[in-house]
This record gives sequence, structure tokens and C-alpha cells, in this order.
Amino acid sequence: MTQPALDTSPPVSDEVRQTTCYMCACRCGINVHLKDGAVAYIEGNRDHPVNRGVLCAKGAAGIMQHNSPARLRAPLRRTGPRGSGEFEEITWDEALETAVSWMAPLRETAPEKLAFFTGRDQSQSFTSFWAQSFGTPNYAAHGGFCSVNMAAAGISTMGGAFWEFGQPDWERAKLFLIFGVAEDHDSNPIKMGIGKLKARGARVIGVNPIRTGYNAVADDWFGITPGTDGLLITALIHELMKAGQIDLDYLARFTNAPCLVDAREGATNGLLLKDGEGRALVVDRRTGSLAPWDGKGVEPDLAPGKTLSGTKHRTVLDHMAEHFLDPAHAPEAVAERTGLPAERIRALAALLARTAFEDPIVLDRPWTDFRGHRHETMIGRPIAMHAMRGISAHSNGFQTCRALHILQILLGTVEVPGGFRFKPPYPKPMTAHPKPHAKCEPGQPLGGPHLGFPHGPEDLALTPDGDPIRIDKAFTWDNPLSAHGLMHMVIANAHAGDPYKIDTLFLYMANMAWNSSMNTRAVMDMLSDTEADGSYKIPHIIYSDAYSSEMVAYADLILPDTTYLERHDCISLLDRPICEADAVADAIRWPVVEPDRDVRGFQSVLVDLANRMGLPGFTHEDGTAKYADYADYMVHHMRRPGIGPLAGWRAGEAGSGGRGESRPDQLEKYIENGGFWMEHVPEDAAFFKPWNTAYQDWAVAKGFYDSPQPYIFNLWLEPMRRFQLAAEGHGTRHPPDHLREQIRTHLTPLPHWHAPLSDGLTDPAAYPIHALTQRPMAMYHSWGSQNAWLRQIHGRNPLYVPTALMALHALTDGDWVTLTSPHGQITVPVAHMAALNPHTVWTWNAIGKRKGAWALDEDAPEATKGFLLNHLIHELLPPRGDGLRWSNSDPVTGQAAWFDLRVRMEKTAAPAETLPQTGRQASPVPDAPRRLAWSVR
Amino acid sequence: MTQLPPPSDVKLGLVIDLDTCVGCHACVTACKGWNTENYGAPLSDTDPYGAEPSGTFLNRIHSYEVQPEDGAAQLVHFPKSCLHCEDAPCVTVCPTGASYKRAEDGIVLVNESACIGCGLCAWACPYGAREKDPAEGVMKKCTLCVDRIYNENLPEEDRVPACVRTCPAGARHFGDLGDPGSDVSRLVAERGGIDLMPEQGTKPVNQYLPPRPKDTDLDVLAPLLAPVAETPQGFLGWLDKTLSKLPGSAQ
Repeated sequence: MTQPALDTSPPVSDEVRQTTCYMCACRCGINVHLKDGAVAYIEGNRDHPVNRGVLCAKGAAGIMQHNSPARLRAPLRRTGPRGSGEFEEITWDEALETAVSWMAPLRETAPEKLAFFTGRDQSQSFTSFWAQSFGTPNYAAHGGFCSVNMAAAGISTMGGAFWEFGQPDWERAKLFLIFGVAEDHDSNPIKMGIGKLKARGARVIGVNPIRTGYNAVADDWFGITPGTDGLLITALIHELMKAGQIDLDYLARFTNAPCLVDAREGATNGLLLKDGEGRALVVDRRTGSLAPWDGKGVEPDLAPGKTLSGTKHRTVLDHMAEHFLDPAHAPEAVAERTGLPAERIRALAALLARTAFEDPIVLDRPWTDFRGHRHETMIGRPIAMHAMRGISAHSNGFQTCRALHILQILLGTVEVPGGFRFKPPYPKPMTAHPKPHAKCEPGQPLGGPHLGFPHGPEDLALTPDGDPIRIDKAFTWDNPLSAHGLMHMVIANAHAGDPYKIDTLFLYMANMAWNSSMNTRAVMDMLSDTEADGSYKIPHIIYSDAYSSEMVAYADLILPDTTYLERHDCISLLDRPICEADAVADAIRWPVVEPDRDVRGFQSVLVDLANRMGLPGFTHEDGTAKYADYADYMVHHMRRPGIGPLAGWRAGEAGSGGRGESRPDQLEKYIENGGFWMEHVPEDAAFFKPWNTAYQDWAVAKGFYDSPQPYIFNLWLEPMRRFQLAAEGHGTRHPPDHLREQIRTHLTPLPHWHAPLSDGLTDPAAYPIHALTQRPMAMYHSWGSQNAWLRQIHGRNPLYVPTALMALHALTDGDWVTLTSPHGQITVPVAHMAALNPHTVWTWNAIGKRKGAWALDEDAPEATKGFLLNHLIHELLPPRGDGLRWSNSDPVTGQAAWFDLRVRMEKTAAPAETLPQTGRQASPVPDAPRRLAWSVR
Repeated sequence: MTQLPPPSDVKLGLVIDLDTCVGCHACVTACKGWNTENYGAPLSDTDPYGAEPSGTFLNRIHSYEVQPEDGAAQLVHFPKSCLHCEDAPCVTVCPTGASYKRAEDGIVLVNESACIGCGLCAWACPYGAREKDPAEGVMKKCTLCVDRIYNENLPEEDRVPACVRTCPAGARHFGDLGDPGSDVSRLVAERGGIDLMPEQGTKPVNQYLPPRPKDTDLDVLAPLLAPVAETPQGFLGWLDKTLSKLPGSAQ
């Protein structure tokens, strides 16, 4: 018999161009294969630090995003009412002049009347710089409705959080705990890491109400009740402290556990005891006397405290013992609320202790700490942890994230071999971050970055009368540490004119008329609501997106963006970096193909707008423009002397990375190198980074900071106590009376757990079920549904219901239920899922679509059977009868409390479509093809 | 009907680790992307933006829930593609000889120019691993990326199937299962790899590594922690004692 002839070495492509993926926020390196100048195939870049060649389902399907029928084609001006989707195409000049005609007068009179908020954006250092130059205080990105609790708790506690700040030591960890992680953030590195752990048989423990994805492959699953992770973590801390299973040497040297807490009554009570130079004090074990925490050779003592003038000042560890050893934190006391048996919590605590202290990793690498103490080895506690939105998107999320970091620190697992490792330019203490800047004056730039960390009441963004300066009320007594702003409150506050009315809402890449807003139906109404004279309550809305999203229909002016393969971008150390624990790295996107439509990269459009308005940061003294476009900015912008958006190939000694003057061929160097720059951390600087002099010196050389910044971890979080003291009446700036109690109870310097805030205002018995969303691994926000391949994987999102609730409500797969929250009602199809917390239902996030959006047919399942839980979640808490609007957010950071949602469920007859329906929008793009046979040959 | 060649020494195939597969579908779209562009006709999608999107895929992930008698339910992700069986019923059933098994490496392929799209092979395959492309009217199946694994236009490290190259968790392995010393054969031996549905008598070359037992020994085997203190005062007493035993103490 004969076999047909087969060419097993066919040509693969004409050319490979290497850039950075943007199918999610992970930012993997990709090889884009081109044939005849068209994108033919996308695979991972083997040399890239993030993904080392692998690529997820989204990344490999990027070709269908690039060729999506939902791509916008030209600038658009609204012709029908808001929400209708009726537009006419206009020229770029008309579009940009229209935008300038709205914005430029605001700059001269009331810059705060421009609110500029960006969504899935990774150019925040640039967009913030633009907004600073314009002079509006109203700028933020999407962190407030994403994971600010995680970031703020991590940075304030230990100088960095998970994901972009640090990573598990995948090579050495023996035990890995993953809390509240859906199937994203970050994507490929977690999968690669779990693969490494599994390959050597390390143990993976998943803590999540839902057992999919990473939790499905976990060796042990803790199907915790939503919102109670803080109780579990605190119980683990209780068990470990009670058993003395904590790393005393680590705590004494590298944390504020030995620092003394001021016990004097008055304005300093509860702050750390300081010397005349403001340095926190410890007892030096060598002398028994007080010494500054960072004194040369000081050996901080954890135990005794110090009596001064008859007042005993106790150590932080002493306060922690009092707090965490309280029987209220014992496993038995939390078992019912967490849904986890006390024995299992005890067993987990014992496993943590055994792994940390009976099975340490010792590397033969001497290093010297900031006190001058030489350590002959690097000792590691091989437990790594990771967490994400599941623990942070609650109104108790900040303190829960704090508790998790304290657990990591008590075990001595942070910045050690086998534990959790920071990625340069982190670690960076909260005090090395900017403070928020909000004071604005007509015609002037803002004094500095909008977002940052208040150290106390004096740093809040309040007018002299105590009113919020920002439209989202960030950095106010409602949520003092709102380090990422509160994008989810912008439309509601602008519509209510609270604290003031705005003129122009300028949004980028944020589907705020759909899945990125709480209370979606009402937000759509707010965006189209009118004054008595028929004018819109929010007078102008400008929006930039690459695709025909739901938000497009609600804007007056559309500035169409390119796809990610047609643009310049800068994945900068000044922004959200892509580094690894062992390497500093940054990257670019560049147009591997040119757009075939009349669209422009949004950042270049911002440069153009800045030039047309003559914004100061973009204009030379002679009035000429500094930057032609975003690529020009990426190369030539200088943030500080020698520091620009890209650290690689700067002018100076042999074209080295880090500091140096700008260099005209910088982008070519990136492209030659596969789209990224990377430099390894020296071996002796690889661990103990906050305290390791070798690391600190290297970090200064690379330009992360201008002088060594050693610091100790904040088990006791002093800024919180400063806000409490204000609430107690100390100092000059005090919270309004209605917020005093909230500040006192929630801004505690040691983490405490409280029930989700909405639980206290609604009847948990009437709403007994927790309702969650997750994002699947193969889909990202609302983008995926326009992707012909991905929507075949995730085109439907039933409500997943656990076994007992299926039985209780006599449900079978395909039945329909009505879900009712204190705020709203939806009617949706169900499917059974057994591997689920028994009091929890859930669905995939953002599969549901509005009819007419994303170039989908109106009878697409996303529009007829898909749904959003967002309709059930209000951006405000239920009224308390005090006439005030209380945000449904964490009282520390303002993080949107998506996962506090409680519902009740009733079986119902199947409607024709999911409810509520939100009408249809006309599509500004042509109909999609009826059949694809994708190939470039 | 079509004959199988004598069994080959080289048996190229996949080893898929069900303990590690997180169900991310990366292999699904990497496969679709490579194979719509390469071997044979493109992999078409019907109604791609409409009510019933339906496309041709050579590799799909299925997820199954397992409810043990005691303990929590589990979710197993199960990637499925052609298993390149030694006794491939899809080949012997083919009326035109379009379906064939390569003599040199055992890869099962469809010669599209000879395929009449009768679908007998899909009916004969117990694994449901073949799909008929409605646009082209020919049978489609995993080629084990025969146009990658020998492709001299690719760097040597990339001469593996697209699904293996992309798998983020490293749950997919490619190699010669006919060589007992190969990495894949050793992995199968170490981890107790299994044939899928051995009772079908197809002798699949691809092997699956079973999930490790879950939720097992956390509670039972290990000693719990012994308290050193019940109260904050007791804790401080323990702390004092412990610290005084450490070097460098002034006490």
C-alpha cells in the first residue's frame, strides 16, 4: 500500500514580528507570523520573561480579535439619542476639533469639569501625565472597581502585593496556597507555575467557593463561604501564634513587630514611638536600651517593651498576641461562618508550620542587611501564596488582604527562597509612593500624580470646607486609602451632581454602560438622562474603544482605537511592570501591521489633543510640540533625570539599561530584541530585597529609586491609626460626625474582620445565597464575545447552582430562576454544579451582551440567554434613613464590593429571553460574515 | 476498506496530564490557529457571530464533575483529540483510502483529496475525535502537527505539535511512545498512564496521566499544633523564654 506524498516542511510564514499580547492584562510576548503582510498565526515568544513561549487560549485566538467584525472604522459623531447607537462617520480633524472645543474652555475655567477615566489600560503613567498637564483632579484607571484592596493592602503592609508586584518562588516552593483567584490575573505565569509545582509533586491548596480552573487541580480544596476569608486567615494566625510557630528572627529583623507602640494618652496614642528625628524605636537586645529601628548593628527585641515615665509601651508583637489570641479567632469560632470544619483549619495551620519550620530551604549565599548584619546563608520558608479579586472585591477586602500578608510574614515566607518574591521595581514601601494630588487651578497643571497613598488626614483630597475635591470622592473620609480612585462612582456622582456637576466625561476602553458598572440598567439611564431643558445631565461624553461595545452607543464622540497589533504601547517600569523576581524587564508594542481603517492609537490621539491645547507637559517653552506621537513620547519623555518610560537601551555606558539619556534608536533596539528588555537581578540580591544592601544598591543603579530605601514590614499600620486618632478628635482635620464611627471601627492598625457591609443593612435570612462571577481563562471581560473562536468556547453563561439548592428548588439543568437582591431582579437559566460552596451561585462574567453590540446577531445567545449579575448590585448601599449616599465599597479603599452580593432564588417559567432586556443599539459597523474559513495562504 | 500498515517501531503521540490540566483551552485555539492555516483545508466556522456558532476543531476540552461518596466534588478537565490508535477503526472503515496511518511514525491522517466526506470514520471512532468540515466537505482530525514536527523551517525546539508548544501548564507532552526509554514513556510509567477506553480494543497511542487523589491526608495523618500559650500573657512568657535562648541576648 502507498501513502500519499506529504510535504512535512512547508514554509511557515514570510516573516515573524515580535510584540506584546493584549488579549488580557498579562502582557505575554508573542511571535506574529505574517504572510503577504497579513497576520497568519500567533504563538508565544520563547525568550519573553512573562510567558517563555507558551500562550493561552485568548492569545492564540488574537488573530480573530484583530480581524473582528466589531472593529470601529472611523471617528463617529452621535446622530440619534444616547444609547441608540446611531452615528455618522466624521474625519479625524472634525473629531479632534470637537473634543478640543469641549475641553479647552474647561481647562481655562474649571478643569475639574473634565473627568478622564481609563479602563483596561496599561499606560497609566502616560494617561495620568496627560490629565496632570490638563489640570483636572478627576483622573483614575479601573483599579477602584478591580483590585485596589489587594494593591493597597500589599503596598502598605509590605511594599508590594501579588501579580505585578511579586510572585511565588515557583522553583522552590513546597506548598502553595491560592486564595480567591478566578481563572485570571495573572494568566500564563500561574499556569506555568502550577505546572512546575505539579511536576515535582509540591502541594497546591485552593481556597475558593468555586472549584474550577486552578482550584480544580488543587490537591486540597477549601470551598469557603464568600466574604469570610479573613476569618479563616485570622484563625490560622491564631493557631500559629498560640503554638509559637512563627519566625521570631525574621519578625525581629524585618518587620515592625519589635517597634514600640506609644501608650501615652493623647494625639500620639497608638502611633509608633519615635525619636526626635521621627524614627520608630525598638529595644536593642545588646543594650536593653531604646534604639532607632534602622540603627547600625541594632538587634531589635520582640519581647519586653519599655516603661518610660511610668508608662509601659508595648511592642507590636505584644499587641498582636492580645489581638490574635482572642478566642473569637479560634477555629471553632469561625467554622460555621466560613463553612469549614475547625479540624480542617487546624490541620492546615499544622501543615503551614511543618512546611515552614521543619522543612526550610537554606541557600549558601551570604548577604548583608541594612543594619550591617552579615547573614551567612539565605533561609527560606517554602510556602508561597497568591490571591486576587475573590478576597479583595469585598467591603472587608482591605483588611482581609492585610491579614493574608500578616500570615505570610509571621511564617517568614516573604522575600525568601521558596516563598513569595517581589519583582523589581518592587519592593517599594508605601512611603516611597507619591501622595495623592488634587488641588487644581484654572489653566494650571496639577501639582503631581493624582493617585497615591495618604499617610494621614492631612493628605486627603478635601476642600477647605471638607468637601470632596474629586468627582469619585476618592481620598475622603468615606474611603481614605482609595489609592486607585473609584471609577465605579463617577457616572453616578456626575449624574447626581454630587459633589458637583461635570461637563465632559472622557473614557477610554471601559465598558461603563455595561459590565464594568454596578447597577448597569440605571447607569445606562444616567448616561442618557436629561435636564428639564432636554440637555443631557452629563453634557458631553467622549469615548475611545477599538470595538463596537455597549459604551460606544452612549457617547457623543467616538475616537476609534487600533487593535493591539497596529499600535505602539509601552509596558513601563513607571506603570504596571512585567518583571520577574529574578529580572527587571519592560516591553513595547509596535505596529506589526498597519491599520486598514481610519483609526488611530489612543495614546497618539492624546498627544495630538495635548498639542492642540498646548498642554504644558507636552509643549516646549517656545510653544512647539515636544512629541509627534506616542512612539516619540516613549523614546523622548523624561520623567526624572535619566529616567524615561522605557528603561532598556538608554544612552550612556555601553547602551545599558536603567538610567541614561534618551536614545533615538531605542525602539529599534527593542524590536531587534523581540519587543522587550530584560536584565537579571544579581544572585546575591535575589532575596531579602527590602533589607539586602546588594539589592538596594542595584535598585538605585537601575533607577527604581534615587537612594537606598530599606524598610521594615508594617504589621502595625500606622496611617490607619492616624485616621482613627482624627476620628477620636485629635489633630486639626476631623471626619464628619456620620463617619467617625466608621473610621474608628474600620481603620484599625491591626486587621480585623467584619461582615460585608451590606449584610448589616439587609436581612441575610431573606437573601440567603451568595452570588459571584468569575472570568474564564479563555475569555477576558467583554472583549471575547466578538471572537469567533472564543465565543464557541464560552458563548453561554448559565447560573451555576450547587446540589442542595438544585434539590431545594426542584431544579434541573435548563430550568429558569428569578434571582432577587435587595436592589433588583434578573431571570436566568440554571445549570447544576456540585463542586461549589453550598450557599453560593455563580456565573461567568460579561458573557451577556446588549443586542446590537459587538457585531453579534441579535439572536446570539450572548444577547438572548446571557446575563449580567451587575443589575443586582447597586453602587450604593441600601438607604440607612439618614439621607446620605453610602458607597457599596470598602470603607478603607473604596474598592467596589462586587462579591458582597446576596440574593434569593425562585424557580420560574422560562421566559423567551433573560430578563431584564435593555433594548437594542444600532451597530455602527457592517454585519458580520455568515461563515469563516480563516486562512492566509 | 483501507488497510493498516504493520505496527511501526516509532509511535508518535501525546501524553496528557489530567492532574495538571487547568482547562484553559490554550491547546484548542493554538491548534485551530495552526491548522486552519496549514494542513489541508481551513477549519471553517459556520454562523461565527450568530445564534448557533459551530466550527471545526481538532482538539476540544471537556469538563466532568466527579462526586466521590465521601468528600467534596471534583472537576476534571479532559482534553480530547485523535489518539492515533494502533488499531485505528477510522482507517479500516474508510471506503476510499483517504484515512490512513503512516507506516513510519503511526500518525493517523486524512488525505483530503481522496476524502468524500462520508463520515464513516467519525462513526467508527469511539472517541468522537473526527469532525466533518461543512465548508470543505472533508473529514478533519488531529494531524499531530505532522507539518510542524518534521518542519525544517521551524527551529528545532518548535518541532512539536502546536498544542504542546502552547500549553501553559505543561500538561501536554509529545514524543515516541514506541520507545520505552523516551521521556514520554518514562512519564507514563512513573505516573501510571492509562489507555482511554481500552475495552474498545483500539490500542490508542496517546496516553492520559490520571489525576492524583485529592482532599486526602490533610486531616488524618499529621499531628496538630501543640499550644505554647492560651493567653496573650502566656504568649509573652513563652516569647521571653524563647528569645533568651537565642544568641545575642542581653538577658
